[in-house]
Amino acid sequence: MIRSVALSLAGIAALAGALAARATPVGSVDQSAILSDGMPRTLSAFGFFADAPAQVPGKSVVPYRLNIPLWSDGAEKLRFVYVPPGKQARAEGEGLLDLPVGSALIKTFAFPRDGRRHLVETRVLLHRESGWVALPYLWNEAQTEATLAIAGARVRLTTPQGEEIDYRVPNKNQCKECHGLDGAVVPIGPKARNLSRDWLDAFAGQGHLDRVPAVAAPLPLWEERASVAVADAARGYLDVNCAHCHRPGATASNSGLDLRWEQADPRALGVMKRPVAAGRGAGELLFDIVPGHPERSILAHRMGSLEGGVAMPELGKSTVDRDGLAVVERWIRSLLPASGATEGGRGGG
Amino acid sequence: MRMTLIAPLALAAVASPALAATHDVAAGEGAQTRLQEALILAEPGDEIVLGAGRFALDDGLSLDVDGVTVRGAGMDVTVLDFSGQKGAGEGLLVTSDKVTLRDFAIENPKGDGIKSKGADDIVYHRVRVTWTGGPLSTNGAYGIYPVESTNVLIDGVQVSGASDAGIYVGQSRKITVRNSLAQANVAGIEIENSRDALVTMNMVTRNTGGILVFDLPDLPVMGGGNVLVQHNLVVDNDTANFAPPGNIVAGVRRGTGVMVMANDAVTVENNMITGNPTTAVMVVAYPRQYEDSRYNPYPRKVAIGHNMASGNGTDPQIGGGEQLVAMFGGALPAVMWDGLGENALTVDPAMSGWTLALTKQGQGPDDARPAPAKFAPFADAVDRAAVGASAELDARVG
Repeated sequence: MIRSVALSLAGIAALAGALAARATPVGSVDQSAILSDGMPRTLSAFGFFADAPAQVPGKSVVPYRLNIPLWSDGAEKLRFVYVPPGKQARAEGEGLLDLPVGSALIKTFAFPRDGRRHLVETRVLLHRESGWVALPYLWNEAQTEATLAIAGARVRLTTPQGEEIDYRVPNKNQCKECHGLDGAVVPIGPKARNLSRDWLDAFAGQGHLDRVPAVAAPLPLWEERASVAVADAARGYLDVNCAHCHRPGATASNSGLDLRWEQADPRALGVMKRPVAAGRGAGELLFDIVPGHPERSILAHRMGSLEGGVAMPELGKSTVDRDGLAVVERWIRSLLPASGATEGGRGGG
Repeated sequence: MRMTLIAPLALAAVASPALAATHDVAAGEGAQTRLQEALILAEPGDEIVLGAGRFALDDGLSLDVDGVTVRGAGMDVTVLDFSGQKGAGEGLLVTSDKVTLRDFAIENPKGDGIKSKGADDIVYHRVRVTWTGGPLSTNGAYGIYPVESTNVLIDGVQVSGASDAGIYVGQSRKITVRNSLAQANVAGIEIENSRDALVTMNMVTRNTGGILVFDLPDLPVMGGGNVLVQHNLVVDNDTANFAPPGNIVAGVRRGTGVMVMANDAVTVENNMITGNPTTAVMVVAYPRQYEDSRYNPYPRKVAIGHNMASGNGTDPQIGGGEQLVAMFGGALPAVMWDGLGENALTVDPAMSGWTLALTKQGQGPDDARPAPAKFAPFADAVDRAAVGASAELDARVG
């Protein structure tokens, strides 16, 4: 008969970890853990941190922030990028930095607990010869180590807004639902237009980036959303939070909705566009965006829902992002029925 | 680690990779994690064998490995129960090629049942998707939902309760839907923005509409057509429409047997179509406004061949329905056309027809001038050699 294998994750992971872990000096990245095929069982095997519980990065591991971050139930996010010594990322205009093989992106999700930062999970994106690989690591109660959680997990916690939720740590496949583009896994966050000029200067100055790209239209800073043009704030938010799926070649391509920053066609952005496969997600509503009427727009309706099959985004959301929704509603309200295109354009009103 | 023990005897019987492994997953404590791990750690050619019993699942599952078979112990005994689902847009998401799903059931997913996206060469065999509360607008949209895929075989599945379409194939090519039962959904079977589809030997009953063949604007893939609908039982589709109003299927009239909207070359023949209160067959243009210049809203070369049609059109959900029924002598003719489109349809002379005689795309019922219609005689325009999934998928069924 075909051999029957009762699956033992622990066994697999332990072996992979053993292969990858070798003796790694604290704070020095183990290149083989990034490059080899295994799935290291623990986060510490990579050596990304000088002090992982305190989230102090090791040598060549550079923290960064995004102008507009992806919202994840209000989690505090700590982001780091690693480019191997002797290699450089390449600037690709306003878009994603082209990180060389051997690079890694590291993102830790934390929530406050008892007045202190409590680490929940760290997700790593590893650039291997075969492409990018996404792995989720779940922090232990003692906050001493994070362990591979390939099937994800649910963690009971309280958000900064005080909502008690079953926070979802995504499984390895779910990583790809957001990070998938044309069948491959790609990073989402570090696009030049969503990074500050100062950071890009410094990153290039340290030799990690070949040059500082010209960015004509950077995303505004999220904390300045009240003072910038509402179209910029909203379109930036939609680009960062929605467009990794709602774009050609990605998970929600079949919806025909394209929420990327660079998309200029109002219909593709959802203005007076009818839903395709929204099912009951559409509620009683007929169009993705009805200019002037967030209360009649499916997009706002689904952002404001927590119900499975209705709520958007489908992953990484157990609570409604009130601030994000408010900006999007304000933008929709600002759109004029007859000239949704011009008024809705970035830098418009 | 993966074991390397191989019993040589069985290898001859296994068509694909010689190192195929089976991973047994039983119902019970931790099923969510154990099953999801198996789906992630499977390698191409592997088989994941689900035991009998109810798997209580609280999150969507996903498969992203090519060539994997997920096999249960039968659609009535292996049940993936999503009644407690907290997240994800579907019960099971498949994003890899050459996958076979067979002999298990999915119950009460919060969104869609099984979605396969960009998943070529996929087989669904004896899979059941059920919303156990019956037809409710709070049920998920689609039961079986392949989209943006080439070569899709759906055989012997059962779907009931979907608030959109029970079996929905969208933006795909080379499709066979056969031997399946769709009941108590809004649409039983829907082929949308797809080409080269064969819908045959299915039973569709107690849906709002039985079999729909649609082509819609504003989608990445348009130009649906070359669809053959034959040898189906389309019986008593009389459930009130329970779709959320925004959906295109919310416009489907209760009691529609077979409906073709837009599309190029669709043949409907040798079906038994009975007891559908609005109409046996409906052929119409896309009725709404659209701005997509790539889109053709009219039906072209729709051919209605010989069908056994009786007891349809007796209680049509159409404005002025009672008068119409009286005017036509107790029941509407079998084939209803909205009057739009050049060379829109041809019909077997034995089937009676009528038209709304609309003159412009986008007109509504108020513009209708109902009258008996004479159509050009049945002229099949489907390229029959091209319809359906490729024959090699049959090897995975049985």
